[in-house]
Amino acid sequence: MPSLKDIKKRIGSVKNTQQITKAMKMVAAAKLRRAQEAAVAARPYAQKLQKVVSHLAQREEADGHPFLSQRGKERALVLLLTADRGLCGGFNANPSKEAERFIRNNTKGYTNIDLMIIGRKGRDFLKNRVGDKIIKVYEDVTGNVSFKTAQLIGEEIVAMYGQETYDAVYLIYNAFQSAVVQNVTVEQLLPFRAEKEEQAEIDSVDYLYEPSRSEVLAQILPKMVEVQLFRALLESNASEQGARMSAMDSASRNASEMIGKLTLQYNRARQAAITKELMEIISGAESIK
Amino acid sequence: MAEKLKLEMVTPYKQVLSEEVEELTLPGLIGELGILPGHTPLLTTLRVGEMSYKRGGQHFHVAVNWGYVEIDEDAVTVLVDTAEKSDEIDLARAKAALGRAEEALKTMSQEDKSYAIMEAALQRALIRIQVAGKMR
Repeated sequence: MPSLKDIKKRIGSVKNTQQITKAMKMVAAAKLRRAQEAAVAARPYAQKLQKVVSHLAQREEADGHPFLSQRGKERALVLLLTADRGLCGGFNANPSKEAERFIRNNTKGYTNIDLMIIGRKGRDFLKNRVGDKIIKVYEDVTGNVSFKTAQLIGEEIVAMYGQETYDAVYLIYNAFQSAVVQNVTVEQLLPFRAEKEEQAEIDSVDYLYEPSRSEVLAQILPKMVEVQLFRALLESNASEQGARMSAMDSASRNASEMIGKLTLQYNRARQAAITKELMEIISGAESIK
Repeated sequence: MAEKLKLEMVTPYKQVLSEEVEELTLPGLIGELGILPGHTPLLTTLRVGEMSYKRGGQHFHVAVNWGYVEIDEDAVTVLVDTAEKSDEIDLARAKAALGRAEEALKTMSQEDKSYAIMEAALQRALIRIQVAGKMR
């Protein structure tokens, strides 16, 4: 049976923890709102670009631009988006596990799969599991996502793909569905896969291209990679804040439950101590008579 | 034929413009483009430059960075990296950037890796100052 003082100490420490989790929850909620707004604001750009690219891709012949044609199945690159910080439930672990599974199972049958990680937590998770596959880790980019960041990473990927270092590039990240739901998503970043269903409607418009179609395409396609990446970064950021908010919410709830239990225990112990003391006094008084 | 063009301008961060305009001038990759309603469908890339449009008889100016434009008969979609309206430009900052870029270019040779980057920065700053000068 712990002493009164011990229980009081524990209640104090749980209260402290609860204060921290509550504050973190509030911060995450505020950040989530901003991240969500940013993700929504970026959507029109990505959608418009996507539309144009699929227009272009449909008209491209099989031997068209390298970004549009499937290559062999030699080497693939997996780009994993995680966060730099923890305390956000399964946010970091889930996509990291997915990446590990992707590499180990290798369902698409690549001879070699390399891994590029954004976020410290993803690296920590995979370092001891598939550490030899990691070629590069970016840190400190997820806190404040700018288009510049996406551009830099995108350029690197485009360069590697252009030199045929890789035959395909995949993206694994937490897609944002709602504040409490994140879906681990595996997306093929390169080569692009044009959506076929729009076939009928686009045949009606024929565009003039300036300077020429191949040049327009050559400029737009690398952009597309950057924009896709930017969108994924924003979504991942929003997901992170959402995951942290719900994780901290349940942590705060658990803390108050624990405080309740400890208070009950404390009161019982206090009562027991009083009863014991009373009994001692009474029996002492009896013995004097 | 429509009398007005539906102009939409988006950057990765937000939708900048969504307006009905009468005419539009764009800095195309191989030269200035003037667009009037009823233009044939066109897809082209843009360079760093000044875009201007006319709405209600009034001219507006926007500084744009790399991007591209899709023109349909009566709708224009402009996708750019950055866009700043003439009244949004921080002239002091643009001038500072111009000074920095000029300084850096003086010390560099043409072969330097960052030469092209600085040159682009110089151009952006110049365009900003030019556009800001046309403030209504």
